[in-house]
Amino acid sequence: MTKQDKSTEGNDGNDDNEEGSAVENEEAAKGTDKGRKRATPRTRRAHARGRDRHGDEEDEDGEDGARRTGHRRHRSRRRGRAAGNEASDSDMEPAKARKNQANQKSKEDDEEEEDEKGGKGGKGKNEKKGDKKPDKKGKKEKANKKKKDKKKSGSGSDSESEEEPITEEELAKLKEEVEEKKKLIATLRNKPWKMKKKLSVLKEAQLFVEKFEGALGKGKGKKFYAYKVMMTKKWMKFQRDFENFKTACIPWEMKIKEIESHFGSSVASYFIFLRWMYGINMILFGLTFGLVMVPEALMGKPYGSLPRKTVPRAEEATAMNFATLWDFSGLAQYSVLFYGYYNNQRTIGWLKFRMPLSYFLVGVGSIGYSFMVVTRTMAKNANDDGGGDDTSFNFSWKMFTSWDYLIGNPETADNKFASITTSFKEAIVEEQESRKEENIHLTRFLRVLANFLALCTLAGSGYLIFFVVRRSQQFALEGLENYGWWERNEVNTVMSLLGMFCPTLFDVISSLENYHPRIALRWQLGRIFALFLGNLYTFIIALMDEINLKLEEEKIVKYNMTIWEASLYNGTIPENSTAPPIQVDPADVPRGPCWETMVGQEFVRLVVSDMMTTYITILIGDFLRAVFVRFFNYCWCWDLEYGFPSYSEFDISGNVLGLIFNQGMIWMGSFYAPCLPAINVFRLHTSMYLQCWAVMCCNVPQERVFKASRSNNFYMAMLLFILFLSTLPAVYTIVSIPPSFDCGPFSGKTRMYEVISETLEHDFPSWFGKVFGYASNPGLILPFILLMVLSIYYLNATSKSYKEANLELKKKLQSQAEENKRRNKQKAQKSNEQEENPFETEPSPAKAKGDKQDESTPNKDGKKGQDGNGSKNTGQPQEASSSQTLQRPGPVLNGHYPPQSRGGNLPPPSIAVTRPPGPRRPGVPGYPPGNPCLPGMQPGMPRGPPMYR
Amino acid sequence: MGGSASLIPRDLLGEYQELTFLSKQEILLAYKRFSELLPKEERENACSARVPKSQILTLPELRANPFQHRICHVFSTSETRDDSMSFEDFLDMLSVFSDSATSDVKSHYAFRIFDFDDDGTLDRKDLEQLVNCLTGQGEESRLSRAEMEQLIQNILEESDIDKDGTINLSEFQHVVSRSPDFASSFKIVL
Repeated sequence: MTKQDKSTEGNDGNDDNEEGSAVENEEAAKGTDKGRKRATPRTRRAHARGRDRHGDEEDEDGEDGARRTGHRRHRSRRRGRAAGNEASDSDMEPAKARKNQANQKSKEDDEEEEDEKGGKGGKGKNEKKGDKKPDKKGKKEKANKKKKDKKKSGSGSDSESEEEPITEEELAKLKEEVEEKKKLIATLRNKPWKMKKKLSVLKEAQLFVEKFEGALGKGKGKKFYAYKVMMTKKWMKFQRDFENFKTACIPWEMKIKEIESHFGSSVASYFIFLRWMYGINMILFGLTFGLVMVPEALMGKPYGSLPRKTVPRAEEATAMNFATLWDFSGLAQYSVLFYGYYNNQRTIGWLKFRMPLSYFLVGVGSIGYSFMVVTRTMAKNANDDGGGDDTSFNFSWKMFTSWDYLIGNPETADNKFASITTSFKEAIVEEQESRKEENIHLTRFLRVLANFLALCTLAGSGYLIFFVVRRSQQFALEGLENYGWWERNEVNTVMSLLGMFCPTLFDVISSLENYHPRIALRWQLGRIFALFLGNLYTFIIALMDEINLKLEEEKIVKYNMTIWEASLYNGTIPENSTAPPIQVDPADVPRGPCWETMVGQEFVRLVVSDMMTTYITILIGDFLRAVFVRFFNYCWCWDLEYGFPSYSEFDISGNVLGLIFNQGMIWMGSFYAPCLPAINVFRLHTSMYLQCWAVMCCNVPQERVFKASRSNNFYMAMLLFILFLSTLPAVYTIVSIPPSFDCGPFSGKTRMYEVISETLEHDFPSWFGKVFGYASNPGLILPFILLMVLSIYYLNATSKSYKEANLELKKKLQSQAEENKRRNKQKAQKSNEQEENPFETEPSPAKAKGDKQDESTPNKDGKKGQDGNGSKNTGQPQEASSSQTLQRPGPVLNGHYPPQSRGGNLPPPSIAVTRPPGPRRPGVPGYPPGNPCLPGMQPGMPRGPPMYR
Repeated sequence: MGGSASLIPRDLLGEYQELTFLSKQEILLAYKRFSELLPKEERENACSARVPKSQILTLPELRANPFQHRICHVFSTSETRDDSMSFEDFLDMLSVFSDSATSDVKSHYAFRIFDFDDDGTLDRKDLEQLVNCLTGQGEESRLSRAEMEQLIQNILEESDIDKDGTINLSEFQHVVSRSPDFASSFKIVL
């Protein structure tokens, strides 16, 4: 091979990238002719097979990819790789011309891309191809035959895909480059560019990657590499599709968006919270429904087969009355909805489903799951918050981040304007004078008084509940039949009413205190929280009392039962001694008071009545009020819309708290009433629609808007707290109260958790039980707990030290900034002095003021004196620009700013500020060496419009 | 407009997904909304058409925004400087304002939106205009001269790290990136 030949061949190496694009064009032009398109790769592949196994494999991979995505680029890569090297000169020419054209075109968009691609790629390949020359010649002849049928496809290139001896560093370089491009593709969306530019850059990068990534790896590795590349591509596509699918699955997105645009992000945050809650409850519901209720209903003994599954004779008459069902007694009580219905059979059905075990594990598991989810969400939120704790940018944040861009409603916008203005004014006033106290004694007195009143309210409500629960027990003892609706629903109604009116009362009380709104909100939330919590716990304590009563009662019943049984046997044995089981209708069997079912019922009633009150409040407090205000405004003495009643606001904090407490009740009661999650799902579902509707049609945006993100974790923390508090009683009852003897899955055991040890004994090999026994003895558990405490302590200490390091860094940053500032200013002043003489610029008074804390240097003062000649009236912009120009020659700012970030002084950043990273090759803009630009040579096919299938 | 979805070529759709922070549904929705802004006869080729600024501002999402003109201006690639938007400009805008956009991109564009005179820095005039935008049109809600001075003074003291009397992009990003609720409020959804 001659030298000249070699050099052209050298170009060829470069060509095989570009040839690809030429081929691509040609094929694109032919585009519709599918049959041929398919045939072409076939023949080529067959050909390649004769040649080289690897090339073949790669071909196939490539083709697969091409089929899949329908991109011609794959094909071009394949051809470039497999066939490019032997392209004849005549083939090369059009390709080159094409390439050059392409180069020029794309250069306008992004020189850098081109730089890298043309320069580096070209060079890398050049060397590669040089080595390859010898063995190529021999194959050429063989190739010629096949070439004919390929001529059509333009490049007419042959497949020559033997191992290219790429040097190690070339390979590494190439690999690096490809990685870079890939990274670029992945991060392209982060670049603040115009879409057009992004598109072109993306195309370039994709082309590059597709061309070259096949060149990486060799031998067996190559095959694997190609496979890997293909898989990653598919995986990416799948991921994207999956993301799309996931977003499509998020319910109520449009509703929430609509609310967001009307009321800002804070109101929407409530609905997002509601949706999140709904998700959790769906899973809880799935657990209880799928693993407890359905198996029992399908495989357990049917209704009526056992005393616990039958309505007692005394209640039979009223069991199907609506009032009874509404009360969740009667037939509802003796159904899968409640604890008492479940049988203590170890396994049920043909599946040998271990019902008691499942019941226990589901109860524990749902609580564990809730803990996990809540903590995880909290951690995520905390991460998202990102050190927003320092208050050094108080004003700037107010300025730059206070507008909520989601607001699309003029009315809300007006409110927002007003609130921003007040916050500005407040901040200014606060800044000016550090909050003068007019009459500190009066304020203190009022605050103490307010707290006293709040405490009184709390204590009063607690006592009221306690009293009511006691009374209801009395009613229950005497038999509920003698009493009316009020007595029956007293507890729930009183609790709901308290929950409704006490917050308003607190609001009134808090106006005494004269706190800053934000602090007032915290107090308010804290008080409502205390109220709800107090109510809940009084309720629980009263329930505990009742449980104890029932346990007493149970003993008596048990005793009575033995007597009853004995009498039964005495009476019946003589008659039919052959049939040992006595035929007594299960409804007639005396039974104990099933305290678990009672607890479950109480919670269900509470939840339902809570739901009803919420809905009724919405209907009356929001809807009717809105209707009244809207229509009576025409004939009223004062303006109703802006005067007294006006429209109601959406009370975010109250609603969130309500939701949280409702959830607490669910967690507490769901062990004894498996239906509770189902009821809650229903409640959340309906309240989503109802509240969305109510908000959109009869609420006005809040005046005192507080941001969503900051309070998010506050709510989460409350939820966690409630979760903890609500698991306490549930766990207590599980662990320390013996289950009822004749109802529920754990009847007959002394404690509920014994189901675990029972399973271990029967279902696991004996060694397992032994190991478990050893593991659970205090000697092991105590050290384990100790270890956990130690690790918590250690983690705590580390996080503290990180925090300190953070603080330290912050300080360093500040001091550095100060330092730089000073240096900059000195420089600026120096140059100022120099320039001052010709131009007579002057430092503005504002600027001098701004540098108060800086050493107000003598020459500045001197300057001021110098050019006092009427320059006071020069405008600010002039001043700004002058100082700017003066500073430009100064050194780059402190280290923590990337160099380009001084770009504030550059022309407006519509030109890309950030450039894609990558090694730059000096002086080679587009063409590799020895590949002359041939603009005149037009290849046969014009670059047609892209054809999309 | 059921068929409108198919008017974006699939490849382009994929590339748009690659290049923006939007999901497929969002892009299709954006396309729908965008073509609704166009007059009937131009809807066929909505990808290449431009919507005048006055039409863009009728979007409910932008209607109440005090920065609507700036937003149009910043995202428009119109050569005639009439702030009209093409579909790609529109997508760019939605991408920046979308939920998943990084706060870097967001703050970059926020800076450009706040930079009223397009000179690459926020100077006193810009800040003043910004305050006026934020406090609304009403006379009673305007800040007084002294208050304005004080406010701008405070802001410059906080954020103007190099004390050149203006806030440049890096200073702005430095400040804004620490704000806990910038990313959640700098958001527009269709």
